[in-house]
Amino acid sequence: MAGCGQSQGGQSTLHAESDQTRKIMHLWWGMLAAAGVVLAGALVLLAIAWRRRTREGLPAVGKDEGVSTGLVVGFGIVIPVTCLVILFFIADIGVVNATSAPKPGQTRMNMTVVGHQWFWEVRYPGTQAVTANEIHIPVKTPVNVTLKSADVIHSFWVPELNKKVDMLPGHPNSIELYSDQPGVYRGQCAEFCGLQHANMSMAVYVDPPAQFKAWLANMARPLAPPTSALAKAGQGVFMSQQCASCHTIRGTAARGTIGPDLTHLATRRTLAALMIPNDRTHLTQWVANPQSIKPGNKMPALGLSPQQLHQVVAFLQGLR
Amino acid sequence: MASIAHPEALRHVRRLERVWSERPGVLGWLTTTDHKRIGLLYLFASLAFFGAGGVEALLIRTQLLTPHGTTLSPAAFDQVMTMHGVTMIFLFVIPISTGAFGNYLVPLMIGARDMAFPRLNALSFWIFVASGLFMYTGLITGNGPNAGWFDYVPLASRTYNPGSGIDFYALGLIFNSISSTAAAINFIVTIFKLRAPGMSLNRMPLFCYAFLAVSFALVFALPALSVDCLFLELDRRLGFNFFNSAQGGSVLLWQHLFWIFGHPEVYIIILPAFGIATSIIPTFTRRRMVAFPMVALAEILVAFIGFGVWAHHMFSVGLSTITTVYFAAASMMVVIPSAIQLFAWLTTLVTGTPIFKTPLLWIIGFIVFFIIGGLSGIMFAAIPFDQQLTDTYFVVAHFHFIIFGAAVFPLLGGLHYWFPKVTGRMYHEPRAKLAFWLTFGGSALAFFPMHIVGLLGMPRRVYTYAPGLGWDIYNQLETAGAYVVACGLVLLVANLVVSYFRGEPAPPDPFGGATLEWSIPSPPPAYNFAVIPTVTSPYPMWDVADREADERKLEQGVMVLERGHETPATTVLDADLDEVLEMPSDSAWPILVALMLTGVFAMLLTGHLVPMYVFLGLLGVTVVGWHSVEPEEA
Repeated sequence: MAGCGQSQGGQSTLHAESDQTRKIMHLWWGMLAAAGVVLAGALVLLAIAWRRRTREGLPAVGKDEGVSTGLVVGFGIVIPVTCLVILFFIADIGVVNATSAPKPGQTRMNMTVVGHQWFWEVRYPGTQAVTANEIHIPVKTPVNVTLKSADVIHSFWVPELNKKVDMLPGHPNSIELYSDQPGVYRGQCAEFCGLQHANMSMAVYVDPPAQFKAWLANMARPLAPPTSALAKAGQGVFMSQQCASCHTIRGTAARGTIGPDLTHLATRRTLAALMIPNDRTHLTQWVANPQSIKPGNKMPALGLSPQQLHQVVAFLQGLR
Repeated sequence: MASIAHPEALRHVRRLERVWSERPGVLGWLTTTDHKRIGLLYLFASLAFFGAGGVEALLIRTQLLTPHGTTLSPAAFDQVMTMHGVTMIFLFVIPISTGAFGNYLVPLMIGARDMAFPRLNALSFWIFVASGLFMYTGLITGNGPNAGWFDYVPLASRTYNPGSGIDFYALGLIFNSISSTAAAINFIVTIFKLRAPGMSLNRMPLFCYAFLAVSFALVFALPALSVDCLFLELDRRLGFNFFNSAQGGSVLLWQHLFWIFGHPEVYIIILPAFGIATSIIPTFTRRRMVAFPMVALAEILVAFIGFGVWAHHMFSVGLSTITTVYFAAASMMVVIPSAIQLFAWLTTLVTGTPIFKTPLLWIIGFIVFFIIGGLSGIMFAAIPFDQQLTDTYFVVAHFHFIIFGAAVFPLLGGLHYWFPKVTGRMYHEPRAKLAFWLTFGGSALAFFPMHIVGLLGMPRRVYTYAPGLGWDIYNQLETAGAYVVACGLVLLVANLVVSYFRGEPAPPDPFGGATLEWSIPSPPPAYNFAVIPTVTSPYPMWDVADREADERKLEQGVMVLERGHETPATTVLDADLDEVLEMPSDSAWPILVALMLTGVFAMLLTGHLVPMYVFLGLLGVTVVGWHSVEPEEA
């Protein structure tokens, strides 16, 4: 993880970049300190037990059963109750409210993320913008994210920005995304969702406001028709083969909803939910045989000819 | 009673031997109703499943040694991961603690000659083995359950999981819970009714309190799991919509029912370990447990409060804040009885004169790991922390410290503690200590880094991970630790096997134990007690005068009960002698009933309804057969 406060796409809970995660992190360090004291105390007791293994009773007080029972009451009841009450008020009354889901109208911006086996569909209500796996938000702006699922249970988790919240079919949840710092924050599905649960990652790009605005405006636009002959041929392949039945490219007849929206695929830095970089080599490999990269995903190998493959990759690389 | 010289005493003992003898050979093991032999069958079967679960653990750790590991395919990983959890919980820890330790020791500790329902006991065992093999049939044929041991819907629904793996899981667990329920009821009745005269509830060993609490918890928790699995099968097979949100069902219904069972389950797993700890500590510190009544009460309280905390497994599903706060408070309450027991053990150790032999070493390892796992457990009662770290490797670290460190370590300590009693041989102490240190060190190495890698953001249940996230080194340490644990456990088993053949002969009471099992020869005779003992304190072996009185009774033929398979029943609270019970002897009906039940479940799984009804009919016939030879009332 790079210094300078600029996150480079890690997903450590100890690298907090929002108010929520900082509070949770402080809670962790406090609990760790208290736990350390308890563990050390118990180890000291065990060490005393070993040192005094040939002598009965306690140092100083000797063999008084009342004192022994008193120790159990003190260490087993009084001290734990005191610590737990303190922890309860700090964590479950204090921090829990600071990290709870935003109330309607409390945030300046709304978006929706839908979990799919195994990618994230990202929508910006009020605009036509739809993308996948790479979420952009403006810096220092609280965003209310509505979380849904298209199939099984997933869990939306970007550890440096907030806690996790599950995405359940038929039961939308919400979470606030906010960052003090521009940068890239990595997230990953945290609820077991089947074969490729391990490869269901996402990246949150926190952009300066102007950059975000430009990105969103581009994202909302439909397809800019290809100009080169190669890419035009590629569009023909895309529409005539099975691609269009699973993917949407806004502004064309491709309206499939099984796979991610590809309207601006070339603006994304990665493919297959962060598995591989989005360059010509990897994109070609992916289209040629998706199952060799991400076994079990819903995209079949289409058996394109080398020429068709070349054309369709050229088309996809032009989707900016 | 190695020194039976008196001719009258010898005559009584010979007669008891004749009355309680069973068929020899394999047939004897298949038809046995002797709680000790059933306990040993449970022990060997559950250890075999432990071996399978251990191999699965090593496969998982080998796959995760490096990023992009290729040991297991994603599909194989999901099945192996699921069966690792199912095996360790349902086929190892519960059967070895209740089935093996409970079966073997509870009657011996309370001065009884068998469990209250010996044939039901045999049935429990055969159903347990059949249900385990049933589920493993799935894995071996490549159709293992693959949605995790928690089996969340809709991932486990037919839409997303069309194979038969989930059916092996759901039917297998319903099948398995029949066994556990029968065993639990047997323990409750045995502990309440078969205690030796004078063993009033306040004189009952803490070990038996733990098993009483576990048995009640099982009876109340298992129905939730069985109903959940039944709903799942109805959804999968007959198109019901219990869990289908599109048709008004709820995916959270599965989770609620699962954890209403699943959290008490945690205490079902750990309470027998507490019971073993409270047996071993007084023996090796040569003093009575500090705060005995508080510990007894705490064992019951843990099992009780454990039923009110289930939703803390669901803090990230979007429950209302007030709901999560209630469950967090309840979860904190359960800390108190655990802390009472912990400090009772520690204070007993500090104020006693401990001898650090292998059984006590395992208990000290247990105490250390229970504190670490308990402290990380308390952190999950801090709701926001839970919501950040749940479903990461931090949780995996937490519950492995609890389940392996705190639940299994006492079982391994108990294996050494009662080894001389069961086999009549002493185990080899230096090798046993080496096995302990290897396992202890290996566990710390395997499980501690999981805390760190969880904090660094690694989710659980992933078959692989990307490089560059700072996780690699911790995963390598964990894998190394897993192999060290494997070495320790192999050494432990090898040592016990060698000791069984070459160990020094064991006296009846090699460690100066406090409870009644040490009053009889090692290994115990089939009838357990030549004279039903009379008890006046919770530490009957340390009441020398009482035990001498029992020996004189043998000479006089008092409380020998030698007219048949006889054992006394006593009153529930005060254990006053109530009546003498005639117990059934060995029988082939339990294994036949279990076989027919296996047929029913196998045919349900494969969807062959006609053979299923045939097996159901045969099951009815075997049940009638069982009851046709009911023992006559004495």
